[in-house]
Amino acid sequence: MPVIEARGLRKAFGKTIAIDGIDLCVQEGRILGLIGPNGAGKTTVLNAIVGLIPYEGQLKVLGHDPWTERDRLMRNVTFIADVAVLPPWMRVCQALDYVAGVHPRFDRGKAQGFLAKTEIGSASRVRELSKGMVTQLQLALVMAIDARLLVLDEPTLGLDILYRKQFYDTLLTDYYDRTRTILVTTHQVEELQHVLTDLMFINHGRIVFDCSMEAFESRYLEVTVHPDCISAARELRPMHERQLLGRNILLFDSVDREKLAAVGDVRTPSIADLFIAVLGNPAGRSQGATR
Amino acid sequence: MNTRSNTMPETFVRGGIAPLVMSATRPLYWSVRRELWENRSIYLAPLGIAAAFLVGFLISLIHLPAKIRALSALGPADYRHAIATPYDIAAGLMMITTVLVSVFYCLDALYGERRDRSILFWKSLPVSDRTTVLAKAIIPILILPLITSVIGAAMHLIMLIASSVVLLGSGLGVAPLWAQLPWFQMSLLLLYHIITVHALWPAPVYGWLMLVSAWARRATFLWASLPVIAVAGVEALAFHSVHFAELVGGRLIGASAADERTPGYMFPTNPMTHITPGTFLGSPGLWIGLAVTAAFVAAATRLRRSGGPM
Repeated sequence: MPVIEARGLRKAFGKTIAIDGIDLCVQEGRILGLIGPNGAGKTTVLNAIVGLIPYEGQLKVLGHDPWTERDRLMRNVTFIADVAVLPPWMRVCQALDYVAGVHPRFDRGKAQGFLAKTEIGSASRVRELSKGMVTQLQLALVMAIDARLLVLDEPTLGLDILYRKQFYDTLLTDYYDRTRTILVTTHQVEELQHVLTDLMFINHGRIVFDCSMEAFESRYLEVTVHPDCISAARELRPMHERQLLGRNILLFDSVDREKLAAVGDVRTPSIADLFIAVLGNPAGRSQGATR
Repeated sequence: MNTRSNTMPETFVRGGIAPLVMSATRPLYWSVRRELWENRSIYLAPLGIAAAFLVGFLISLIHLPAKIRALSALGPADYRHAIATPYDIAAGLMMITTVLVSVFYCLDALYGERRDRSILFWKSLPVSDRTTVLAKAIIPILILPLITSVIGAAMHLIMLIASSVVLLGSGLGVAPLWAQLPWFQMSLLLLYHIITVHALWPAPVYGWLMLVSAWARRATFLWASLPVIAVAGVEALAFHSVHFAELVGGRLIGASAADERTPGYMFPTNPMTHITPGTFLGSPGLWIGLAVTAAFVAAATRLRRSGGPM
């Protein structure tokens, strides 16, 4: 049974179509990254999944309809919208009291354990904390909830690299246990490369790319082509080509590694490189065509 | 709207993610507490006003012995008349505070959480919109009147004790004071008056303000008052009458409630004031008002459900 199952999910705001028929099936234990440019519909998809907006089409999260059963669903789903949603007037101890009061699956001791490792004082108000500390607080609250699905919308937006790295490290070591499912959207794809198990690109409200990270690593190869091999390399039908410091860098989908090694230096591309290759392509759905 | 899938087996719900049982009132209790954390004016405003008034009253006690000596020849009614005024003012201040704090609380209740984006945090927790909005409606209708009544009663008690100390120090008796201003009875009257006249009777106004605060994207006070002014203006022009303005104004200051409920003056020190809950509970105006309040609160709940940060 999938944790999230969507069929023909659609959402329009007036004449703007934010989600244009998305099919989605996320199994338990996956860490799915939903990557897309600004305005692609990422946040709208997440909002539909956590029951913040009504939608058309079919959507079940842990067997619940998120729009009609948000409060019940939230016992098993946790959600970090972005760094700036904790109420500024709230004290840290009040946040702990409140979540412990309303959430049946919250382990207060666990949250305090996380907070003890930070410099956050329990009497501090949220408005007095730095952006990074607010994220730590939110992470402490969320990780102390024994939830089945964690939804993260740009969780590290505006944080410096130390906090960003710490955020994902903490999540993986102290939270993720292969029975939980994590769905994350972000612009900062570099940090996610070794975190994700699955990858999805979204553009103009549609899923334009969908594959597991294992498949990603075996299928896609990036080659810095030797200058004299460029025409030979192009004959292997790269899906994307770019230039960096005078070198041609070609991205291939499902081309034999040994053939590519003959024309240049081969490595696994970054998610960002593939993202540009897929989204930069006007067809938008070329990953099937180039096979 | 989404179509429901009936193919999803129920066993999945019962299996791994069966929700832990939690008392239904617990989220409501914590939601009310969080309102008090966020809106400290609910108790700080009446406390501040009470403290300022008491300072003035304590200073005025200097003149009390002379005043009582001058009165000693007069009868009990004149005695009460001469000393009751500050107690009426204290009660009146608590009534005004109740209405003012309620109005500003309601205008911000569902607006503030959208403005500071914290609505996303509240909605990430297993608390329904109904519980949240209900907790907010309980504040002006129950919690704030209780707080101001208790503070008003405490003011009266402090005033009586301080007066007694001053009178005893001047060699005067205190029995007439406590007989003319019976503290326990005054406190009950004040509680009854504030809950009926300044909480239940104006409830539709509070409901309307909450609805506007769930809907408006800015300038909640303007959006709340402009329609009222517009309707009143149209009525005045078209029919040369002021029924709507009287209706709303009467709800807000509790004027028409006083007519329907308590004959005579409504200040708690007046011995003529007697509680007639039967008349109040039997008045159609109360129940129509509460029905309108329920409709406003329900509409506010619907708006909050689809509402997001601004």
